Amino acid sequence: MERAAIIGTGMTKIESAKRTETFADMAWEAVNKALDDAGMTIDDVDNVVTTSNDFWDGRTISCMAVGDASGASHKNVSCVEGDGTFGAFYGLSRALSGSYGTTLVTAHSKGSESISSLITNASFDPIYDRWLGMDMVSASAMQANAYMERTGTTSEQLAMVSVKNHGNAVKNPLSQLPMSISVEDVLGSEMISDPLHKLDCSPVSDACCAIIIANESRVPAYSGCPVWIKGAAFCSDAFFLGDRDLSRAKALTEAAAKAFSMAGITNPSKEIQVAEIYDAFTYQELMWLEEMGLCESGTAGSMLEKGEFDIDGRLPVNPSGGLLGGHPVIAAGLIRIVEIVKQLRKEAGEYQVDAKRGLAHGVNGLCGQSHCVWVLDSEG
Amino acid sequence: MGPGMKNTFDGIEPLVHKSQISVPYHWWAGETASRFFVELRDTKKIMGTRCDGCGKTFVPPRKTCPVCFTENTKWVECGPAGTVTSFTVVRKQQEALHHKVPVIFALVLLDGADTALLHRLDEVSPEDVKIGMKVEASFNETKDANMTAIAYFKPAS
Ligand SMILES: [Zn+2]
Repeated sequence: MERAAIIGTGMTKIESAKRTETFADMAWEAVNKALDDAGMTIDDVDNVVTTSNDFWDGRTISCMAVGDASGASHKNVSCVEGDGTFGAFYGLSRALSGSYGTTLVTAHSKGSESISSLITNASFDPIYDRWLGMDMVSASAMQANAYMERTGTTSEQLAMVSVKNHGNAVKNPLSQLPMSISVEDVLGSEMISDPLHKLDCSPVSDACCAIIIANESRVPAYSGCPVWIKGAAFCSDAFFLGDRDLSRAKALTEAAAKAFSMAGITNPSKEIQVAEIYDAFTYQELMWLEEMGLCESGTAGSMLEKGEFDIDGRLPVNPSGGLLGGHPVIAAGLIRIVEIVKQLRKEAGEYQVDAKRGLAHGVNGLCGQSHCVWVLDSEG
Repeated sequence: MGPGMKNTFDGIEPLVHKSQISVPYHWWAGETASRFFVELRDTKKIMGTRCDGCGKTFVPPRKTCPVCFTENTKWVECGPAGTVTSFTVVRKQQEALHHKVPVIFALVLLDGADTALLHRLDEVSPEDVKIGMKVEASFNETKDANMTAIAYFKPAS
């Protein structure tokens, strides 16, 4: 493909409740940080993509409400409803289209201002399924059981993901839930929906994230250190949970294969050196790793036990603390991209790993209905 | 926060604006779901739609096959017994729930169907639920043509 790079990133701290900042205030902070990072002014931004969700924001056309604070007035601005990685994919397409040399992508949400269970219940089909009273947690718990039944992955292995990621979050000043905990703490925490304990679930969070993508022709014009986009792909599965084999993530397997092929990667488990994965629940980190081909099916749990995904392991996974360290819906995937950019630029501070090539992953929809996979490289 | 407004919240509680979105909404069920619900209420039959292309039978019924992108034209009776393909026992009383915990949600692959129906299990202890267990529909006497005509699924007799 034509080449493009991420030349600036910015994000707010992830917090349980940002009581003094509105959506627009968060966008203002993230966008200005990204502009500073890229060495740009808002006049250098050719177009803007905002990413949000109307139900989470409590208003319709929610994307437009952050446009002013994102410098979008008098510019071509478009919106994506869904995870930030999908907004970024659209932003990348625009930067490669020839019509825009630079795209600013933002993604925000505040889980603290509504009731997650009711918001996510509304994503079920209103005619057949919504009346049951399921939400994101119970749907994911059902997937966790299906995955554990198929692969033999244990609750202790799930708990180890929580221990690792909360532990990594201790080194990340922007994370919400830094915690030094044990497997016993996780297994002893409140059972929310079998097999998921409270500490198997990511928290409710507020944050905004922004990135600036530039076409190769515009990269030299700014001082921002470029991280190159080698592959980006997304794929979606069927909507109804009962139409899918919930123990698998076919859409992720396809999206990852496409992204790896774009990047010229033939052996992902050897060639990817750091990964930021959408671990909304502990089981997801293991299941997504397997389904995207970073390890064999059914082996992620035992590899985790051997420390392979630790910050100093063979393939560090979620060195930032991941979503378990803070899960602002919508922004969460874009933050995965930002974390990989930090790693490849050697700007990750205390959670820096040794990597030149990394993978960022975002999810949209119940139980990973759709997946977006990015392969980023420090060299062009 | 801009430097000019840094002290805005010194000594005061940030103001919270309380509101809600409450918009009554009605969805037309469409002809496929309407036929399914009426059949369920009046004859206690669980009907699926079958695709001529791939031969898959969809429960709940869909007008189009997501695999073949063609119209499903055949109606097929499925169940009322089936197999649990996955489940969860909700232990914490979440806002979306309509029942007191523990609530058991399950995907039930009805006999004769290729896709699983999302529903609730009852008349079974949470500890006894297993993936692969056989269950059957327990019907409600109801005037409403909707999914509540199936009260829940219970262990097959
Ligand atoms: Zn078909």
